[in-house]
Amino acid sequence: MTAIRRFLPGWLSSYAVLYLVFLYLPVIFLPIFSINTAATPKFPLSGVTLHWYEDLPRTPALIDATWNSLIVGVSASTLSTVLGILAARSITRYRYPGRRAINGLIMAPLVLPEVIVAISMLLVMLQLGLNLSLFTVVLGHVLVCIPYSMTVLTSGFEGFDRSLEEASADLGESAFGTFRRVTLPMVAPAIISSLLVCFTISLDEFIIAFFLTGTEATLPIYIWGQLRFAAKLPGVLALGTLLLFASFVLMTIAEILRRRAARRTQNEGGLYA
Amino acid sequence: MTAAAEGSPPLRVAGLRRSPLLQSEAVQGFALISPTFVYALILLVLPILVVIAHSFWTQDYLTIDHTFTLENYRIALTEPIYRDLLWRSLYISLTVSLLTVALAYPIAYFISFHGGRHKSLWLFLITIPFWTSYLLRVMSWKVILGYNGVLNSGLMGLGIIDEPSTALLYNSTAVIITLTHAWAAFAILPIFVSLEKVDRTLVEAATDLGDGPLRSFLRVTLPLSAPGVISAALIVMIPTVGDYVTPKLVGGKDGVMIANAIQAQFGKASNWPLGAALSVTTMIIVSLMAGATVLVFRALQRLAR
Amino acid sequence: MLERVQSQSDRTMIEIRDVTRSYGSFKALDSASLAIREGEFFSLLGPSGCGKTTLLRMIAGFDTPTSGSIAVDGQPMEGIPANRRPTNMVFQSYAIFPHLNVEQNVAYGLKRLRLDAGEEKRRVEEALAQVSLTGLGKRRATELSGGQRQRVALARALVMRPKVLLLDEPLSALDKKLREQMQVELRRLQQAVGITFVLVTHDQYEALAMSDRIAVMFGGKIAQVASPKEIYQRPVNRQVADFLGGMNFVKAEIVEENGASLVLDTLGFGRVKAEKPKAFVRNGGAATLGIRPERLRVLWDNATAKFEVAGKVVERHYFGEITHLIVEIPGLEKPLSVTETNDFGADDIPVGAPIRLAYDPEALVAMAD
Repeated sequence: MTAIRRFLPGWLSSYAVLYLVFLYLPVIFLPIFSINTAATPKFPLSGVTLHWYEDLPRTPALIDATWNSLIVGVSASTLSTVLGILAARSITRYRYPGRRAINGLIMAPLVLPEVIVAISMLLVMLQLGLNLSLFTVVLGHVLVCIPYSMTVLTSGFEGFDRSLEEASADLGESAFGTFRRVTLPMVAPAIISSLLVCFTISLDEFIIAFFLTGTEATLPIYIWGQLRFAAKLPGVLALGTLLLFASFVLMTIAEILRRRAARRTQNEGGLYA
Repeated sequence: MTAAAEGSPPLRVAGLRRSPLLQSEAVQGFALISPTFVYALILLVLPILVVIAHSFWTQDYLTIDHTFTLENYRIALTEPIYRDLLWRSLYISLTVSLLTVALAYPIAYFISFHGGRHKSLWLFLITIPFWTSYLLRVMSWKVILGYNGVLNSGLMGLGIIDEPSTALLYNSTAVIITLTHAWAAFAILPIFVSLEKVDRTLVEAATDLGDGPLRSFLRVTLPLSAPGVISAALIVMIPTVGDYVTPKLVGGKDGVMIANAIQAQFGKASNWPLGAALSVTTMIIVSLMAGATVLVFRALQRLAR
Repeated sequence: MLERVQSQSDRTMIEIRDVTRSYGSFKALDSASLAIREGEFFSLLGPSGCGKTTLLRMIAGFDTPTSGSIAVDGQPMEGIPANRRPTNMVFQSYAIFPHLNVEQNVAYGLKRLRLDAGEEKRRVEEALAQVSLTGLGKRRATELSGGQRQRVALARALVMRPKVLLLDEPLSALDKKLREQMQVELRRLQQAVGITFVLVTHDQYEALAMSDRIAVMFGGKIAQVASPKEIYQRPVNRQVADFLGGMNFVKAEIVEENGASLVLDTLGFGRVKAEKPKAFVRNGGAATLGIRPERLRVLWDNATAKFEVAGKVVERHYFGEITHLIVEIPGLEKPLSVTETNDFGADDIPVGAPIRLAYDPEALVAMAD
């Protein structure tokens, strides 16, 4: 028994390291082969070059796709965060019949296969005669982002003392005033998280965008198009590497902002003092 | 309010009274959630109803014939090609979810119980790979598993095999490996959350009562983290059955999944009603499988007691 | 002992009439009626679940009575939301806004009044001085200790100059020494400011120490409303007697009932005469006689007293300042609890020794069964 006790942490740590290697395996090859001179990704590297990166800004289709993705991402994350705030507040602060069922419905896209969500939305939009465009893509993204924003925001609303809002009312503030001066600052970290999570999801989302877009491509659609050309692979890998670094920077900044906001609003209350 | 408190004329109450109905908690709660609720109704429930409706119709080139028919379901359930695809998709989805959860549990446990001050750092490290484009991650696996790929070169270099193996790519195995990787973070997080909720003093109590580390894990920690494990399994299982990108890129002929067939009905094959029927069938069957999995888990828990 | 300065008027500040709060068939408050006077320090005392917090929240406006009415300073409060009532509350968790500093917290309610900057600053300084927090204005809320948080909550409420200050178990989160200190300060503060305080607590000593009057509540009903002394010395029934301090209960039979007194036959104490409590309602011939443990004095050596009982010490517990003795008295089914200070050696009385106890008939409490 004591042998196992000594052996186990070691075994577990090695497993953890191996698992990390497994996780990073596909990721490592992106930057490695993006600087390869040859288009086929195999070892050994035939040479080192940055020209795949240099070509990127000179590709108009890529620039357009990036721009479209940004528009869609910002719109989808803003809209889903707003809808998420309303829903999360309702779920955490009020009781009414059917609350759980409504919550379940809103969270449902999380466990549905995306292709089914995509084709069902496509059917309805075509029936309604809607033109497919970035707008329809945003509508689709908001639907799948809301469960994520709800999760983050619900924990944000639950995480602070309810009597803070009562205190604000007690001191004379109206309902809207209380929301503006107390509730919003307290859930600010969750709002930041929600915006970022939704943006990231939208940026990477392929299948719904694929089905619901008209002529405009988002980044994943652009990448998908490029993947059929073997010669273009390193260019795509270069793009992927850039996206990885950009996400890394964005996420780190966001986490710093979120932590700072969270530290300011830490509420231990009198009960734990 | 304070003006009244400082002895000025009494409050004029007339305009301040609110009708009890408007103030009612239920009404306010409903009102708040209605925009989001309506959004989900229009963009999720309505489309799914439309899909279900379509599954009972037939398509004649570009027009839809609205006569009720079960023909699509007959095709979906009895045509060998669709039946095989359905089974394979279910098999892949079940395997991927079990494999992903089994691999994710130890790392979730490691971070929760041995992470110490670095827990957030570990979680951060785990999520970084998933900030790359999903498409590119799948492409990467193609690179790794290919004939001239990294894994083959590596194995040959180590002398384990003499020539490259073709068994790694363009089949169900490749799909399973790729998807197990893709869902890793989604499985780790729910398991981690439920492990964090396990009261450490319960493990201490078990140890105090005589259990060694393995026994206390099996009898205390594992059962208490079961909800997280079940969530993780479901989060992976249901969406996996409808994955499109992975089978398309690394599945070859052997790894085609139902989503590819569904997409085809909306693309070249242009048979929306069949696509709808395939979707409905897939959803029902995967829900049944998910339900069965939960029941099996619960039965195992009861046996373990 | 804290001074009980008679600064109250006889005007009723809060009138609670037949207020009931039910949830389905469960009644959190059952037809409660109270009249709290202007300038009074009034406590709602009872065990958890007795309805005291429910009543407080209804005065504040965070809960609505199912039936009955509440009026503050003559104004019916029905339909008036919490943010428009002339009351302010100190919450149990203090509810200090963590994203604001001390000054901003205290000034929170003043913002709507749109005072000029100088006036606002002056009032904030005044409030901080009242609670002895001068100089801490710029401190962040997250950097305060529990006691400091409590004072900020007080200052924030008092700066609004409400007619009534409501306090929901404000001292329960503090450790013993700090709590005792704050009891004195709260009382002093109330006297200085002169407004009506309504305090909710489950701590009997707190209520006794600070209040002008106490309402003792059990199970949604008000059992007794009186001054601390009267509640302690003349509890209206066993429940109230038992809740405030220890009490020895002895079965008694009513022999005679006059205008102001009762003659009772008891086991162990024989025939005694006791003052009839104001709210005494006779229930057949049975009654209960009560005497507090500290009102039984040990008779040393050959000392005698006009009223005494004799028995045997069966247990002795030492508590530093005092000693509890458990004494069996022939005829009594339950032994008596006796509390003595240790200056005469009560802590040395051997277990099993015979003992004689003296008592003052004034200390006898008659309670209806």
